[in-house]
Order: sequence, then structure tokens, then C-alpha cells
Amino acid sequence: MLKYIGKRLLYLILVLLGVSFIVFTLLYISPGNPAKIILGEAATPEALAALEEQLGLNDPFLVRYFNYLKGIVFELDLGTSYNTGRAVLDEILAVFPNTVTLAASAIVIAVMVGVTLGIISAVKQYSIIDNLVMVFALIGTSVPIFWLGIMMIVLFSVKLHLLPPSGYGTFAQMIMPAVALGLQSTAMIARMTRSSMLEVIRMDYVKTARAKGQKEIVVIMKHVFRNALIPIITVVGLQFGQLLGGAMLTEMVFSIPGLGRLIIDSISMRDYPVVQGGVLFVATCFSLVNLVVDLLYAVVDPKITKS
Amino acid sequence: MNKENKKTNSQLASVWRSLRRNRMAMLGLVILVLLALMAIFADFIAPYAYDAQDLLNARQAPSAEHIFGTDEFGRDIFSRIIYGSRLSLVVGFISVGIALVLGGFLGAVAGFYGGRLDDIIMRCMDILLAIPQVLLAIAIIASLGNGLVNLMVAVGIATIPSYARIVRASVMTIRGEEYIEAARASGTNDAKIIIKHILPNCLAPVIVQVTLGIANAILSCAALSFIGLGITPPSPEWGAMLSGARNYVLTYPYMSVFPGLAIIVTVLALNLLGDGLRDALDPKLKR
Amino acid sequence: MEEKKLLEIKDLSVTYKVEDGIVYAVNDLNLVVHNKETLGFVGETGAGKTTTAMAIMRLIPSPPGEITKGQIIFDGEDLLQKSQRQMRSILGQDISMIFQDPMTSLNPAMTVGDQIVEMLLLHKSVNKKQAWEEACQMLELVGIKRERAKDYPHQFSGGMKQRVVIAIALACSPKLIIADEPTTALDVTIQAQVMDLMRDLKHKLGTSMILITHDLGIVAEICDKVAIMYAGGVVEYASKEKLYNEPAHPYTKGLFNSIPKLDVDEEWLEEIDGLPPEPTEVIPGCAFSPRCSKCMEICKQKKPGITYLDDDHYVRCFLYEKQAEGGAAE
Repeated sequence: MLKYIGKRLLYLILVLLGVSFIVFTLLYISPGNPAKIILGEAATPEALAALEEQLGLNDPFLVRYFNYLKGIVFELDLGTSYNTGRAVLDEILAVFPNTVTLAASAIVIAVMVGVTLGIISAVKQYSIIDNLVMVFALIGTSVPIFWLGIMMIVLFSVKLHLLPPSGYGTFAQMIMPAVALGLQSTAMIARMTRSSMLEVIRMDYVKTARAKGQKEIVVIMKHVFRNALIPIITVVGLQFGQLLGGAMLTEMVFSIPGLGRLIIDSISMRDYPVVQGGVLFVATCFSLVNLVVDLLYAVVDPKITKS
Repeated sequence: MNKENKKTNSQLASVWRSLRRNRMAMLGLVILVLLALMAIFADFIAPYAYDAQDLLNARQAPSAEHIFGTDEFGRDIFSRIIYGSRLSLVVGFISVGIALVLGGFLGAVAGFYGGRLDDIIMRCMDILLAIPQVLLAIAIIASLGNGLVNLMVAVGIATIPSYARIVRASVMTIRGEEYIEAARASGTNDAKIIIKHILPNCLAPVIVQVTLGIANAILSCAALSFIGLGITPPSPEWGAMLSGARNYVLTYPYMSVFPGLAIIVTVLALNLLGDGLRDALDPKLKR
Repeated sequence: MEEKKLLEIKDLSVTYKVEDGIVYAVNDLNLVVHNKETLGFVGETGAGKTTTAMAIMRLIPSPPGEITKGQIIFDGEDLLQKSQRQMRSILGQDISMIFQDPMTSLNPAMTVGDQIVEMLLLHKSVNKKQAWEEACQMLELVGIKRERAKDYPHQFSGGMKQRVVIAIALACSPKLIIADEPTTALDVTIQAQVMDLMRDLKHKLGTSMILITHDLGIVAEICDKVAIMYAGGVVEYASKEKLYNEPAHPYTKGLFNSIPKLDVDEEWLEEIDGLPPEPTEVIPGCAFSPRCSKCMEICKQKKPGITYLDDDHYVRCFLYEKQAEGGAAE
């Protein structure tokens, strides 16, 4: 098991190396001269040249990339923001907790509601409840997060005056963003839970459990749900990536100072080190979550650990 | 060859038959056809030009003259949504087309040759998959700059891995079949085998992925435009319209309602059709 | 005591609603299982054997399935009148079932020991530790080392899995075991071992058994009584000896003719013409009439009733109803 984790971590580092290369290349070829961005349009050619030299902008592409990597590996240095002059990592860490709480509350809502709906739906297949859940799931996967956020603001803040339309920190401020962000994942998880349960529910070992005289609720949870877990865990893991992406939109709609907004604002200000660092940071988080998901498989499926 | 054609035809017929019995899928298909007609004949359907400003009648609530109301420049929202369907459909189809061609090629090559090449290609896909799709698209478009073409390229590239994986998986299952061995033994070249024998057999999962992928692409494009990357106002792109409307959420909320509904209806239709296709094409799920 | 009725099924009918109509899976089925007796339940695939078994256990999924008629009297009480909760205490405790495919009838996410423990905890007043000990004993009883109780199903071979399934079924010493083709999914050599094991344990524990099979060889080996099923009903019921020596129903005769005989040098095996009816088809007369070589006019119009040829031998066929007509009325 430890060997497996070690192997996966090593692979993760390789993948992240690839990510850093892609991100670095993307921003390398993007238009605009960083020196000009920092000093502004009015800067003298001499000052620009001096800054370009200082930033290493005249070095060849690969040299710049390796310098960037060296900074990350040896000093955890993701560069310096053009805009604020602060270290990129500090900028990211300052807003990251907001994104984490947002994504985490959304995934908690999504898993709790989605799994429950999926189970009920599968157990009562073709009933009215099942149909309602499926309609909800279909619409849920088709609604754009940002539009849902806007509509929630209109309804709950503008019309009903129940919840604050923006900001982040208090519980009331967190409800709408978390629900808006979690809806799509709830729908996906509900669908996956249902279909995965339905696949298992016809298995012979479920009949065996019933033939033991076991209570139906125990049969469903212990024998069906337990064996339906793997596809559900997979979809939850995938949803986490979706959520990290969706969080950017949610942060825009609800004016939440999070990582997504930091990246988007930095793009519009051409603050490329922050964009680079932000994307790399999100990819790292996402990859770690996927690693955890893979380890969960081993816990859930005895075939992986025991053979 | 003729025989194979016939076989494909009868398969298509049976897929169509089972699709036709699926009421939800047919609903999706009808909506899509209507949307396509709306996009094609936008000039005849839309009561106003999409960029016709009328500042005196800005931010009007829905009325007989402007059934969806007007925006901050007095433009007719209904007309803009009709024209916007062109953008959304084009963006959806082309970005998926880009992803399908590139991803399909990589997947087919990886699955067919296996070994080292497969390793390298799939590791690259893993790298792309390590970045959440929307974020990857954002990073790409940040690098390329705004614009319709760049938007399609960004969304297309960000979704390459899904197609590469699907095509690779189907190619790998088909690769070992006897008729492929036979074709190889008789000296048919690899490209021909891939195009003539292998790709047609991956069609089922690819069709499903494409349908659902278009829905996904439309959502992503709207999201990017909403953020201000991609298609920017005054283009009547639905996401861009929402972006403009956001400033008036507190005062004129209806401006946000209709572009969003347009996105939902389109995406929902594609999802319904995609689900129906999956059921029709995947005999495993048939009851 | 030997002849006390443990299970008696009277006029049982089960239907399934499907898209194209109603499937009449079991029609007016009658049979008896006595104490300590093994009943062979023989018929082609789709004859309704498994449905009958599921009906006895009240595990027919509803919807789409429904028991429309009849009585299932077990130990003097009608199971069809029991509540879900009462049924749950009977299942596993008094009646247990062995399913066809051992590959799929064990929960892949639980150790085999835990799966036996689950059964014990449900029906016996034991704590977890005692249950585990008993589970280990059960495994030894079916010929599996107790150390393997902590292993998962995928670590066992097919034959070993079926032994585990048997251990689960026997854990609470039930009065009746229903075994649904317990050896069909196994290799031939393993089949014999598993059948021997089941016969030994049955004797040791004094259980009755319903053995669902389409293998007349197995029936000859271990059954006391045989019920021949065709299109959802029992067409002939008799002791093994009577059935093998004097089969009465044309379908039974056809079945025996389709097995190779060792003492006769046959070039062709006889087969029964035609196919069983579609389950949604409603046949006004005898279900076997379209394939029957002795079919009469009446067979196409009316369903044959039960004719007793002997105390423990009945047949549903007009050929015998006529013969009996002379003696008894009707």
C-alpha cells in the first residue's frame, strides 16, 4: 500500500511538472511585455530595458522555465505579482481558504443530497419520486452556475430580502454560493448513485441478503450501496474538479474574494505570475484530491488491497 | 464492403427505432431542430436587428413590443437571443469538432499502436486532465486573447482528453478482433485499417460523447464569456449578455432571466438527446 | 413422522407485468414437500421454477411481479398471509436459499465470515464473538479451513464459493432449503463434490430440500420426489421410482427419451417437437398441447385437472382423466 502511494506521488509530481510547463508556455506566448505592464505605458525605454534584464525576460525560453521551476522547488517561490509586488504564493494563500470553504461546503451538500436522492430514486425506480429526481437531475446538469447564482440573488436578496447578495464570511453569506455551486454536482451525483445502485440491486448477492431475512434498509445500505460506491466515488472526485472550476464563476457572481476571482482579475490586469501560480496551485489541489479518491477505492474494494 | 454498409444501415435503423420510442430524447431532438431553424432564419424571425439601439427605450420590462424586454442600450433582448443561438450552436459544434479531431486522432493512434506511444500520449492527456476544464480553457484564452475563434480553440483543447480516452478505449477493444488481424495479415496499411475498420466501430460511444460534449461546450463558452473572456459584448452571445446584465441585477433583474433560460433549454435538449442516444446505442442498458 | 407435510403449495399463480403484456410465470401450481424429503423440481429454462422458489420466499419483486392466487402452507401456516416482518424471521431461520451462480451470490465487499455472521446475528441470540466462532465452524463443516473466514469472495474458486453459500444457507439449521441449480455454474468434477456435500449435510441436519434442476441425472441421485414443470405448472408429480419407471405425462416421457441411455445403442436421441410457449401467450387448453404427440380435441380447449394415479403420483393430462372417469365422477 505504501509503495503504491509512493508510486502515485511520484507520478503526481511528473504530471504537475507537465502542468507547470504547459502553463508557463501558455503565458510565455501571450501578448504583452511584462516590463511595460509593471512600469506602465509612460516608462522610458531605458527603465524598461533595465527591468527586462532584471526579470530575466531576455533569457531564452527554456532558461526562464528552469529558473521558474528552480524557484518553486527550492524556495516554494511562485514568483512575484506584477500588480502588488507581493509573493504570488502569499497572494494565493490569502484567498485560498475562501475557495476551500466554498468548494467544501458545496461538495458536502452535493454528496449528502445527491446520494440520498440517488438511493431513494433507485429503490423506488419508475415511481413518481424517481421521475421527479430524474427531472431535477436533468435540469440541474443543464443550468449554468453563474445564471443560477444571479437568479438566487434576484429571488432571495432582491425580492425576499432573506440573504445578503454578496460578500463572504458569515454563514448567511455562504448559503447561496454553496447551494448554487453544489447544484450541478448534486444532480450528477444523484444520477450516478441511481444508475450504480440499479446495477447492483439486481445482483444475486442482494437476493442472498434478502433470503437471509435481512431488513430491506440494511439490504440496501450494506449490500447494495456499499457495492455501488466505486462509481459514486469516481463521480464525486470528478465533481471536485468541476467545483474548483465552478467556484471561479461563483466567486465572480457573489463577489467572493477567492482563488478563482484572483486568477480572473489577474488575467485582466495581465498579472501573469499570479495566473501561472494560481493555475498550478489549483491543479495541485485537484491532483491531490484525485489521489485521495484512488486511495479510497482501495478501502472500498477489497479486490485492490487483498490481491 | 457492401455487406458492412448494410450492417451499419440496419444498426442505424434499430438505433433510430429505439430512439424514437424515447419521448424525452425526441423532445430534445425537436428542440434542437427548432433551435437550428431559429439560428438559420434569424434574419426573418427576429423582430429587430441584434445591435439596433434605442436608448430612449432602454431597460424596458417585457411588453408586446419587446416580449423579453430591452437591455441597457434599448436593444431587443428577444432578437438578441435569436441571433445568439447562432453563436452558441457554432461555438458548441466547432469546439467539439476541434476536440474530436485532435482527441480522436491521439486516442486512435494510442490505442492502435499501444506501447511507448500510447504511454506518452496518455501521460500528456493526464497532464491536461490535471487542470479543471474551465480553468484550462481560461488559461488558454488568457494566452491567446479574446475572440470567437480563440474561444472555440480554448474550449476545444481543454476537452481533448475526454475524446482521446473514449476513442482509445474502443480502439483497444476492437484491435484484437479477428477481422482486424485478417486485414493486417493481408497487408492493408495501418491508416486504412484505422479509418476503415476501427473508427466506424467506435462511433457509438463517440456520438454520445459528442452530443453531451456540445452541451458542455456551450456551457463553458457561456461561462467564459460571462467572465469577460471569449466573446465580449456587444455580440449577442448568451453568456456575454448575462455578463452585461449582471450590473443591473438589483434593479432590472429580468435582463438576466431570458439569456439564462435560452442556455438551459439548449443544453437540456442536448443532454436529453445524448442520454437517449446512449440508451439506444448501448445494448447493455436495454431492458 | 416421515410423511408429515412441511410445505404444501395450492393453486399458486404468479404474473409479471411487462411492456408487451402480462407474463403468466406460474399457473395453478400444486405440490407437496414432506419432512426430511428432497423434492426435485425439473423443467426447462423459463418453466417458472425459480419464480416458484421466489414466491415461496415471498421475494417476488413487486411491481412488476404479483402472486395472484393460491396458498403456500409452510409448517401449517400460509406464508402468503404473513407480514413482511413475520416473513423476515422465517427467511434464513426456517427457509433458506442457495442461488444458482456462486460467482454472484456472495457480496464482494464482505468477508465470507461476515456474511455467515450476518445470518447468525439475525436469527440466533448470540453475540458477535460467538457468531464468528459459529461461522468458522460452519466453514469447517462445508470443508473450508477456518482461517479463510477473513478472506473475501474473490479469493475463492467457484466450487469453494458455493460451499460458502451452502454454509450461509445452513447456518441457522433451516427446515427447508431451496437450491436453485446449485451446480450448473460449476465444473463437472466440482459438481459431484458439491452435490455430495449437500446430500451429506441434508442428512446430518435433517432438512427438507427443494432442488431446482434440469439435470435428471442429479435427480435420480439424490431426490425422493420429483415435480416436472412445464410452462408455469407442475404437469406430473411422483416419487422418484414411480416417475422413472412409469412416467405418465407425455412431456415427462419426452424428457426421458431425450436422455441417452447406457444400455441401448441409440443413433439419435428423441426430441420433443416445437418450443415451449411464449410466456405472454395465453393458451386456452393444456399448455403442452401444441407439442404433444397424443393431443386430443379437448386438450386444445380445456385445461386438464389433477388426476391421481396413486397417493403420491399425480398428473395433469386428459389421457388419464378419461381413464379415471370410469371409476370416479368428473
